[in-house]
Amino acid sequence: MTWTIAGPAVISAFLASSVEVVEAFTIILAVATIRGWRPAVAGTVAALALLALLVVSLGPLLGQIPLSVLQLVIGVLLLLFGLRWLRKAILRAAGHIALHDETEAFAKEEAELREAERQKISHLDWMAGITAFKAVLLEGLEVVFIVIAVGAGRGLIVPAAVGALAAVVLVLVAGIAIRRPLARVPENTLKFGVGVMLSAFGVFWTGEGLGVEWPGADLDILAFGAIFLVTGLGAAMHLRRADLKAAS
Amino acid sequence: MKTLSLLWTELIGLFVDDEFLALAILGVVAVASVAATWFHAAAVAGGILLAGCVVVLLASAYRGARKS
Repeated sequence: MTWTIAGPAVISAFLASSVEVVEAFTIILAVATIRGWRPAVAGTVAALALLALLVVSLGPLLGQIPLSVLQLVIGVLLLLFGLRWLRKAILRAAGHIALHDETEAFAKEEAELREAERQKISHLDWMAGITAFKAVLLEGLEVVFIVIAVGAGRGLIVPAAVGALAAVVLVLVAGIAIRRPLARVPENTLKFGVGVMLSAFGVFWTGEGLGVEWPGADLDILAFGAIFLVTGLGAAMHLRRADLKAAS
Repeated sequence: MKTLSLLWTELIGLFVDDEFLALAILGVVAVASVAATWFHAAAVAGGILLAGCVVVLLASAYRGARKS
């Protein structure tokens, strides 16, 4: 296995997972700030246990699916997932939808829990634990999907998982060190880049699943990424200019 | 039960946000699949896939911009 093959999988899994882990960490931090670390850690551990159970029980089934079917299914899911991210990133870059802000997300979650506290809801720790559980489970499922999606088609699950694990460790270390939402992570730029990479993988795997023999083999993933990047940046720039023109 | 249904909705939301985009992607894959399997034109299918995805991305982004 060469870096040319494993590199894009590791980098994509790392970047995409960073975004997901930052989002989960923001909610865990909000829960810990309002109700203490106990429900935050309990919810997180329960979600991680469920995720581990899902991976251990369903993971071996991946090996039973014919490779072309696996590539096609994963490719289509990646196209749905990646192009959705890229569309949002274009609209964010063009100023048509608000940029994702971790400080704002933290404040929103904090306000909801404070409101519940004000209403003297008796099962508040339970509710806080469920909030952390939901956040970790959903973002964790996205990480699992990303690892499978960028790794399963070529037997690169381990390198992709290493990329995702590195993201988890990095975000946790940074988060524990500063104990604030990781608002300085350039999340919107990351999302643009990840949308580009996942869309490129999506086209590649879907094509492989349909029997397409790409002329540049795995290197074509980089070429597709360049095409999606130029398309996305061009569309964002054009939309921004059109808005400025309309405003003047 | 409410939490489960919320989880399911959010899970679907990971893949489907703009219905037009999701349906258009499936349409592009269907056309590419017809080219690859019925006409045995795998290279053409690859071109349809790449160009189709770029076009539906642009169409969906411009639609989104018009709506916002």
